[in-house]
Amino acid sequence: MQQTFRITDEDGIHARPATALVNTANKFKGAESFAEANGKKVTLKSILGVLSLGLEQGDTISIIVEGEGEAEALQALTDVMVNEGLGEINA
Amino acid sequence: MLNVSGIAASAGIAIAKAFILEHPDYSVEKRQINDVDAEIAKLDSALGKSQAELEAIKERTLQELGEKKAEIFASHLLILNDPELIDPVKARIADDMINAEFALNETASQFISMFENMKSAYLQERAADMRDVTKRVLNHLLGIDFMSPAEINEEVIVLAEDLTPSDTAQLNRQFVKGFATNIGGRTSHSAIMARSLEIPAVVGTKDILAQAKQGDMIIVDGLDGHVLVNPTDEVIAEYRAKQEQYDAQRAEWRKLRDEPTVTVDNVHVELAANIGTPNDVTGVLENGGEAVGLYRTEFLYMGRDKLPSEDIQYNAYKAVLEKMEGKPVVVRTLDIGGDKELPYLDLPKEMNPFLGFRAVRLCLDRLDIFRTQLRALLRASVHGNLRVMFPMIATLGEFREAKAVLLEEKEKLVAEGIAVSDSIQLGIMVEIPSTAVLADQFAKEVDFFSIGTNDLIQYTMAADRMNERVAYLYQPYNPAILRLVKMVIDAAHREGKWVGMCGEMAGDETAIPLLLGLGLDEFSMSATSILPARSQITKLSRTDMQELAAKALDMQTAEQVVELVQSIQA
Repeated sequence: MQQTFRITDEDGIHARPATALVNTANKFKGAESFAEANGKKVTLKSILGVLSLGLEQGDTISIIVEGEGEAEALQALTDVMVNEGLGEINA
Repeated sequence: MLNVSGIAASAGIAIAKAFILEHPDYSVEKRQINDVDAEIAKLDSALGKSQAELEAIKERTLQELGEKKAEIFASHLLILNDPELIDPVKARIADDMINAEFALNETASQFISMFENMKSAYLQERAADMRDVTKRVLNHLLGIDFMSPAEINEEVIVLAEDLTPSDTAQLNRQFVKGFATNIGGRTSHSAIMARSLEIPAVVGTKDILAQAKQGDMIIVDGLDGHVLVNPTDEVIAEYRAKQEQYDAQRAEWRKLRDEPTVTVDNVHVELAANIGTPNDVTGVLENGGEAVGLYRTEFLYMGRDKLPSEDIQYNAYKAVLEKMEGKPVVVRTLDIGGDKELPYLDLPKEMNPFLGFRAVRLCLDRLDIFRTQLRALLRASVHGNLRVMFPMIATLGEFREAKAVLLEEKEKLVAEGIAVSDSIQLGIMVEIPSTAVLADQFAKEVDFFSIGTNDLIQYTMAADRMNERVAYLYQPYNPAILRLVKMVIDAAHREGKWVGMCGEMAGDETAIPLLLGLGLDEFSMSATSILPARSQITKLSRTDMQELAAKALDMQTAEQVVELVQSIQA
């Protein structure tokens, strides 16, 4: 399953929301979560990976979750993206 | 006694003994190992100890500085446990049979250089976090017993090459009275932390570590940017007096934060702030700013490899307008060209950049850039009290043309069904002498003026402000400048328009009495100057200042004007 977002935060993805994303991804042990942007795919369980995407305002990012509880995990990650003011769902 | 100069990073005076915070040598050598399991166990143990330390620091930061400052350590904890970091380190230990510290250092260096090479300034700074975490683990791996600032238990001034985020977080405010560093600037991490902790600090001294040793008596003067080593008793007494005076003054300024700026004879003027990014608004509100008098939009265009999209700009403008909650926000349209270059625009080099193709001159030629910015501004206008200001206007024709483009874009947006505010004031920067002289004609068509003194002075005196050899001609108090300012204010007031000022002069202690007397309505300055300015203005009488200004206009030289103002301040 996946969801695409457009980054709205002026600082791009910075450390605080990246921390929240990784902590959330780590809660779902049975699922593998990834972030894909600018042709690069990284595990969401690594903050260095997420920051290495170098996301800036206006970029798009896809969050991909596979495995046990994937729907629930994707919803939780979507909540982080939206509630942290990081991005908006790209329809 | 030694006097070392640096950059005043956090205001105040601190007097105490030196505590030298020196980071140990972290150079590591590559060694072959025999026992992989033992080496990995050593790494795990170092990671475990680092984790315990970080959790304690995070907890203390949370208690003392709040959630926002503690977040950085939450991210350090994640880095410490990051599989992208730890897995390759362990793999190198096992595959190459090498020591843990070398494997860690090498892998961490790759991430550090990755961050350093990122486009965004924010992400470049994350290299410091990576270094911080690496050093923490290396302390344990190398068995370095370094006296951390957390262990300080008497009043000290911390002296260091630089302070890392975890150094500053470990500073106990009860004991650390101030600090001074060799490197850094006003916006470096240590300077920002010092201001939020309200600890006096001087950074960028270059060699304070070479000039002072453990236990020396130190005075940190965060007001003027000096560090005194082993001062005499007389000097200490002098600084104690300065300290008391400053502390009393700061207490007084605090009380003025939510007060209006009103003279003793009941005239209200507006104190506004100059900003460069939406993040600056927090400082404006903390310092009691009544408006944003100059939002420099250049920063949106700089440090990137292409023009910022309409949406990127819209989000930034909207953020500023919303955070200001209905208080006026004057946005200056793009002032680029000349000395402020945008590599991706590929503009030709000019002989006289300050007299060249810049600001509104460029915008009226590159309408694609201008229209994008105006659309973003117009869309954002519904989120607050927006005022739009065009820079470098030399002729009425330029203003009319810029205004026409704005109205066209507004019409298009309305036709697209997008809401646009109907009460956007349109004004111009007055920074070219021709515009100041013809202000009476401009005043009929604009909603306001904002006098940009930095450029107005350089153009009036024909003195490049980048050229130190003619720096003596940068004379804000020259009667010629004062007369131009007066012409602009009088012309505007005759048409019922308001006048602001957004150059350095507006926040200048010597200029403020004169500007008040000349009738300036809005003073826009750096946020930290607002409270001192308010304190000054609330003690002045506009009627008296009108007399003072009238005398100043009849003076012959800038020096005479300064003497005149000082005579009333004494």
